[in-house]
Amino acid sequence: MSSITTEPDGVNTPPDRLRNQLPLTWRQRRGRWDVKYSPYLYIAPFFLVFAVTGLFPILYTAFISMQDWDHIRGAGTFVGLDQFNWILHDPNFWKALRNSFSIFLLSSVPQIIAATLIAAMLDTNLRAKTFWRMGVLLPYVVAPIAVALIFSNMFGDKFGLINTLLGHVGIDPILWHTSVIPSHMAIATMVNFRWTGYNTLILLAAMQAVPRDLYEAAEVDGAGMARRFVSLTLPQIRPTFVFVIIMSTIGGLQIFEEPLIYDTFGRGGANKQWLTITLYMYNMGWLDFDFGRAAAVAWLLFIIIMAITLINTWVTRRFVSGEEAVKKSKKVSQKFAQVGGK
Amino acid sequence: MSFSRRHKALGIAAGATAFALLLAGCSSSKSTPSASGDASAPAGGADITLTVATFNNFGYTDALLQEYMDLNPGVTVVQNIAATSNDARTNYFAKLGAGGLSDVEAIEVDWLPEVMQYSDLLADLTNGPDVAGRWLDWKTAAATDANGRLIGYGTDIGPEAVCYDSALFEAAGLPTDPADVAALLEGGWDQYFKVGQQYVDGSGGKPWFDGAGGTYQGMINQVAAAYEDPATGAITAATNPDVKAIFDQLTAASATESAHLSQWSDDWSSGMANGGFATMLCPGWMLGVIKGNAANTTTWNVADVFPGGGGNWGGSYLTVPADGKNVEAATELASWLTAPEQQLKALAAAGTFPSQLKALDDEASLNAAMAAGDAPTNATFFNSETLGTIFKNRAAAVTVSPFKGASYFKVNDVIQSALTRVEDGSQDPATSWAQAVTEIGALG
Repeated sequence: MSSITTEPDGVNTPPDRLRNQLPLTWRQRRGRWDVKYSPYLYIAPFFLVFAVTGLFPILYTAFISMQDWDHIRGAGTFVGLDQFNWILHDPNFWKALRNSFSIFLLSSVPQIIAATLIAAMLDTNLRAKTFWRMGVLLPYVVAPIAVALIFSNMFGDKFGLINTLLGHVGIDPILWHTSVIPSHMAIATMVNFRWTGYNTLILLAAMQAVPRDLYEAAEVDGAGMARRFVSLTLPQIRPTFVFVIIMSTIGGLQIFEEPLIYDTFGRGGANKQWLTITLYMYNMGWLDFDFGRAAAVAWLLFIIIMAITLINTWVTRRFVSGEEAVKKSKKVSQKFAQVGGK
Repeated sequence: MSFSRRHKALGIAAGATAFALLLAGCSSSKSTPSASGDASAPAGGADITLTVATFNNFGYTDALLQEYMDLNPGVTVVQNIAATSNDARTNYFAKLGAGGLSDVEAIEVDWLPEVMQYSDLLADLTNGPDVAGRWLDWKTAAATDANGRLIGYGTDIGPEAVCYDSALFEAAGLPTDPADVAALLEGGWDQYFKVGQQYVDGSGGKPWFDGAGGTYQGMINQVAAAYEDPATGAITAATNPDVKAIFDQLTAASATESAHLSQWSDDWSSGMANGGFATMLCPGWMLGVIKGNAANTTTWNVADVFPGGGGNWGGSYLTVPADGKNVEAATELASWLTAPEQQLKALAAAGTFPSQLKALDDEASLNAAMAAGDAPTNATFFNSETLGTIFKNRAAAVTVSPFKGASYFKVNDVIQSALTRVEDGSQDPATSWAQAVTEIGALG
């Protein structure tokens, strides 16, 4: 093979001289292609799969959202932004938005506080550590539909467990399926039941990464347990906190199974008391078969979540900033990688 | 097990061959099975597999399907049963244009209007084997599109009577004999609610009917064009005085007479067993529901009467998607399943009351089929040997075939929600109606 004979030259000659003087051999060219293009080739499968399952649906949704779409005939007429206009004037959309935010706040806030406290407790020297940690994750393993069924029974208006218990203490039954806030509380309870343990484990992982010698030093300095938690643990896990908050924001605004199963009709209540934005979108598509509008809702939801996430990041940055803002913002990326790896 | 699986595989292979032959221009589907049979099935007599998709309980027992397979060697019939009508509806519309539906697909009258929009995607069944003049006129009319194509064969109908708990009637000082109760309730809805008030007063405030939702359905189905203008399809529900009148009459009565139970809820089911309400509107198929929920009672009866004339609640059709592989064979099967003889068997098995004229004329068979059922038999449970006659009379009393257009489902949902808001006490009737009007206006 000719390539074998020229190889020593190729190795010894500086690249630019080689390019000017000698035509590249097949093997050299292949080697250069290898360096230049194969990294792209290696990551190509991911982007191909993403293009098919991610990018295409997103763009197609945008296309359908500007159509009066008939999914059965697979055709539609272009209506511009009419679908968005219709949805922004639909009172049920605003109710759904209100409910989504209300349920999101009622679930995410207590959930993260509880998860932090439980994680702090699990971070101490407990007997049978693994047992407790597994126990925390157990609700997450239960199928969401099963959770919804069990809690729907507990929150029954007439013969539900909770109202029966309240009756024993002499409190009037709460109309879980009629009033707005109680229905949100009931649904938030289901969400919390499922996700608190999951967040606990992530926070626990972050807490365990905090160097133990810091705690020892603090103890030597005379810091008590509460002081160590507030001044040492919390600042150290802030990056993970940002992650947990963003994830639960995205999850909280997409709550779906729980309100769907909350009553037998799955339409969010007679006065749309617990209609969430995802349920609104689902019913638009699969009950009314109006996919143009459903696609428009999907895009609105996307924009809303983007906006909230940006606000979240900004607020948390402010919260993190201070003496060591720069140093810590670098750590954010590290911790993200760490959490992602677990 | 393994035998039937091989059977199915053969069927698929044969079906695929048949399809290829069809494409090649072989027009008679009758000849294709034998053609492919020579090629692939050594045992002689090739198979086609026909799938039938139903929901709830159509009464198509394995024995009934086996009977068809025995009559038509080479045809395997497989039934897929969806749990609820809503599941079936979602599946139907997800696959109607895309393909993948069964050869024979059952649809319910509630979503028939939506199906009619796509009648061109369904096979024209007008010229199927002996189907001319088989059904009640209004049953056929509803499944015939603007071009005169019949796209569904009627299975059952739901003529409504009034079911009542005789023990509760007696305690409140009302007559208990079905004939006397029928005479007492004869008249319009005002009469039904007037007797209801008598009952409430006589029983010390116990509820007369189960809930506003089911009662409303009985009332609105007597209005010829309730929600939409049949000519233009425009939504008229908010301005139609009939709808408002029914809403007002019903919400006024339900304040004192309703048990405020929503249909199909657990409370509603247990209400039947423990005297939660005295009457309910009951189509033929509701008898099975009552018997199932109140198995230990003996006091439920059926009165041969319905307020405001006749009423129909529910009922189904069998359709054949036009893109199926065996349209002709599927049409034959659908025709056979909806023939009067088979419908009477389904009636005995599942209480699906026939829409076929010949079955309705055969009063002895109707009574026999309706009296049957798991122990206690329907006749014992409802204290009547003539249930067939009662529902035959109820079917004859149905005079109005209500127009239901493409928006029927959505509008009805809005008004049902409005009724629920009044029933659960969260709004007064006027506020709730005003909200419903706004919501209907937004449907556009």
